[in-house]
Amino acid sequence: MSQFSIHNIAAKGMAATVPQNTVYNNEYTLLSEKERKLLIKTTGVEEKRAAEKGMTTSDLCYESADRLLDQLKWDRAEVDILIFVSQSSDYYLPATAIILQDRLGLPKSCMAFDIGLGCSGYVYGLSVLSALMSASKMKKGLLLTGDVSSATCSYEDKSTYPLFGDAGTVTALEYDESSDPIHFNLQNDGSGYDKIIIEDGGMRNLVTEKSLVKKEVAKGVVRASLNVALKGMDVFNFSVTEVPKSIREFCTYAEKSIEDYDFLLLHQANKLMNETIRKKLKYPIEQTPYSINKFGNTSSASIPLTIVTELRNQVASQKLDLLLSGFGVGLSWGVCNLPLDKIACLNLVEL
Amino acid sequence: MIIKEFIKLLETEFEEEYPEGVTQDTKFRELPDWGSMQALIVTALVETEYDVTLTATDLTNMQTIGDLFNVVKSRAK
Repeated sequence: MSQFSIHNIAAKGMAATVPQNTVYNNEYTLLSEKERKLLIKTTGVEEKRAAEKGMTTSDLCYESADRLLDQLKWDRAEVDILIFVSQSSDYYLPATAIILQDRLGLPKSCMAFDIGLGCSGYVYGLSVLSALMSASKMKKGLLLTGDVSSATCSYEDKSTYPLFGDAGTVTALEYDESSDPIHFNLQNDGSGYDKIIIEDGGMRNLVTEKSLVKKEVAKGVVRASLNVALKGMDVFNFSVTEVPKSIREFCTYAEKSIEDYDFLLLHQANKLMNETIRKKLKYPIEQTPYSINKFGNTSSASIPLTIVTELRNQVASQKLDLLLSGFGVGLSWGVCNLPLDKIACLNLVEL
Repeated sequence: MIIKEFIKLLETEFEEEYPEGVTQDTKFRELPDWGSMQALIVTALVETEYDVTLTATDLTNMQTIGDLFNVVKSRAK
């Protein structure tokens, strides 16, 4: 089982960037006023940000990282590793992390690579970066996570378009022997690979002219094979079953009870789904922050974005131990704790 | 599990959408504007209150609120 503990790694800073362009779900023309009201009540998404054409996830992550490096006063020459977690890379190849290494003024000696995960990506990214740094004693590392999902959602698909928003974040990790351990529980189920999928554009289904042709798949769901497709009910059932289970397993492994954690940071998937998970765990709502109302589902950015927008004062001034859970596309899910001791947490950046 | 309580939970959940209420004979999929959002709300309610998971196929195979109640009752622990 992928359950392990990482020692001597501490998060030192966090920042998040969103596009300025705001999209309001009460202006979504394909639904009636009544339907829009119900959609907002169920998903929780009142508004979200959408990148202008040409703005990429790496642009949003760059802005976050550039500002955080300045704030932390880190010598850029000392950054040993950069990992970019995203499913919206700049190019088919090369890896976006390598472009970011140069753009951020990091040295050639800085190891850089991408991880292709979505909703679970922040927890997985933390596990890979912290494990590598802990094993190698690399001193400073950056985890960049996020997605520009607006580019791959069909406007005529009511099951995806109103839900997803764009964001790019950074988390700075440092080797620190005084830090508390980070525990992980990581799982996946490839039998659900088609529950959230962009069917064309990879090697399995190369892009053809047909990939661009939109079809009515169900009432209110019109999309092409290059658009993201989401089986909402299946993802809902997977999440409300597996996520509480993995959090309970995690707590047993970490020898903690869920109440020992100061806040529960759930991937901002869908308000109704997250609330169902929270209620099953009997965890207080006051300690379960949400940013989905303002930013929608921002994939691997949603957990750090929620910390930056909802917990900035707390993480900047207190010692906290957060409980994190990311879950979704893959299907993939992961739980970890994140001990934070007065970190540098920047104000939300708008690009 | 009592059907009266089950119906009351549903009515509270859908107070705004269906203020006229429902009975065990209500064919829920024929309610005005019934769609994926309503199905999701029912699924979430059943999951939270009874720890019972309903699939999309389960809901398609049911006709009335009474059918829904019977499935939930048979699976509740």
